[in-house]
Amino acid sequence: MLTIAGRKFRSRLFGGTGKFSSPEVMQEALAASGCEMVTVALRRVDLNNPADDIMRLLDRDRYLFLPNTSGARDAGEAIRLARLARASGGGEWLKLEVTPDPRTLLPDPIETLKATEVLVKEGFKVLPYINADPILALRLQDAGAVAVMPLGSPIGTNQGVLTRFQIEIIIAQARVPVIVDAGLGAPSHVAEAMEMGADAVLVNTAIAVAGDPVRMARAFALAVEAGRIAYEAGLGAVSKDAAPSSPEDGLGFLR
Amino acid sequence: MKIVCNGEALEIAPGTRVADYLSRLGLEASSLVVECDGRILSREEYESHALQDGSVLELIRFVGGG
Amino acid sequence: MFAIPEFSALQESISRATEAEVLRALPAEHPGLAGLAALLSPAAEPHLAALARRSAAITSQRFGRTMQMYAPVYLSSFCANRCAYCGFSADNTIERRVLSMAEAESEAMILRQRGFSHLLLVSGEAPAKVGVDYLEEVALRLRDRFAALSIEVQPLATGEYARLFSAGITSVAVYQETYDREVYKKVHLAGRKADFDYRLETPARAAAAGMREVGIGALLGLADWRAEGLALGLHLAWLRKNYWRTGLTVSFPRLRPAQGEFKPLRPVSERNLSQMIFALRIFDPDVGLYLSTREEARYRDGMIGLGPTRYSAGSCTAPGGYGLADAGGEQFEVGDSRSLAEVSAAIQAKGFDPVRKDWDAVFQM
Repeated sequence: MLTIAGRKFRSRLFGGTGKFSSPEVMQEALAASGCEMVTVALRRVDLNNPADDIMRLLDRDRYLFLPNTSGARDAGEAIRLARLARASGGGEWLKLEVTPDPRTLLPDPIETLKATEVLVKEGFKVLPYINADPILALRLQDAGAVAVMPLGSPIGTNQGVLTRFQIEIIIAQARVPVIVDAGLGAPSHVAEAMEMGADAVLVNTAIAVAGDPVRMARAFALAVEAGRIAYEAGLGAVSKDAAPSSPEDGLGFLR
Repeated sequence: MKIVCNGEALEIAPGTRVADYLSRLGLEASSLVVECDGRILSREEYESHALQDGSVLELIRFVGGG
Repeated sequence: MFAIPEFSALQESISRATEAEVLRALPAEHPGLAGLAALLSPAAEPHLAALARRSAAITSQRFGRTMQMYAPVYLSSFCANRCAYCGFSADNTIERRVLSMAEAESEAMILRQRGFSHLLLVSGEAPAKVGVDYLEEVALRLRDRFAALSIEVQPLATGEYARLFSAGITSVAVYQETYDREVYKKVHLAGRKADFDYRLETPARAAAAGMREVGIGALLGLADWRAEGLALGLHLAWLRKNYWRTGLTVSFPRLRPAQGEFKPLRPVSERNLSQMIFALRIFDPDVGLYLSTREEARYRDGMIGLGPTRYSAGSCTAPGGYGLADAGGEQFEVGDSRSLAEVSAAIQAKGFDPVRKDWDAVFQM
């Protein structure tokens, strides 16, 4: 069972609520995914269309809402969004996302660390979204982050786990759960992340824009399970060279 | 009197309380955050807080996001 | 806090290891503790050459073809502990000596003349003779002339390590001697050292104080070496997780004759020692591995390139032994008595570079 900040999760797949064609499709897809936590963003109410509430169909008893600070370009904006999120009944959980570059949507490491330090002190359970930088991951854990969320590849690019070697290091060194987030475009990608030892994955775009999001959500759920079981069952080591048995050359000095 | 709500200038009746304004828009208080003049209001304050001339209001809610 | 499982549990997991697990652990990038247990087990013995090859490959990748040289300076042979195995035990009647500041400096300068730039300052555990003030003074005097100063003395408090770090000490070595509580109780008869847990927490205190490097180890011959190896792996993994900025090293002192005629309870052969070194190298590619002059020249030469990364040379284990008349009693007998020049030549003959200097204390804030 996965535990993050003291809370248990049966499913290691987390969902995103963005980019769906309709609230109904979103609701069905998330249900099919079996996920127990979903990210949500914060935006101004559209005064011309105030009844448009995409979130009205999501049961908050079923899904833990993980507000994100998407749109924040620096620590100050992220902190403001975090406080707004908490005030809207979002709880203390927060996906900290500080993305100053709208083209790549890559996270700013410095602003993310700054914001984490402030928000942890204010009692937030901070899950920072980061580039797969092992040292940054360590610094954020030292600062009190309850998990780290390294990206597989940039948001929406569906390229999979391009950051494999760094994520392996992050996983090996982590004292908190590692949730691979962003860029996971296919079920095989999440299986790969789980086989590496990731504690969970977050998928949004690949499910939301699939031809059949409901079936795709189910495929992702199965892949997360498969990857996790494989990891726990002990994958065979990839051998880089043959392992022959040979006479003890080189050890003749031993008495 | 004039207020600014979500960046738009609006005319509303003097003494309008936040709760009244929200219900006029058809918004459920529970799904919102209300920031008035840079300060987050608690739910209890929606009933009591009256908007002033020049108040800057932000109405924020959860939306879909990754 | 670091907690060590029951020694018997460690032994059990090692004894259950199969040859299949050994073969899986060998090429693995992260063999993990289960892999370490397999590599330390009897099932790995027929594959010692393969372990050596893998250990050599990893060592070469991480450390290049280099060997870091260092020398010990024994500051004092006074000791308040009674450890059954040690020449300095309070029980033993030996010539006791504590060096004055001038003598300590003079010993250090002899080593500097010979070419050493990394010193290990050693003392018996007698705070009244060698306390923090004394060590601080020595550090301040030597820091400008040596690249790195390590200490192997009594366990200290975090604040005391912090003081010594400011004074110029760069690293701390403290060996648990044995991770087997029962054996520990038997051989540590009196003195502060009898406190197993305080000693066990010492590497963490040194790391918390900001020491660049912390060294751990077990005295081989006290308890089952395989389980000591697994305990060392656990200790390394815990320190890496909790003090990720701190460099780590492991030493492999193997019991040799000393005053008091202590016979190793569980003798460790050279093959055993090699297996332990290879297993730990495969488990933790980045850990520094010490092989001291307790071992024979032939053995040390054979192990060059196979895993160890730090060699001493020309060591004297008596205070004042390098240059002072009336040097005191030895802590242990040396197996390799060659000079730095001779050991360096042997290292070069194998195609490796003996590195005399790898840091500058002046960089330390």
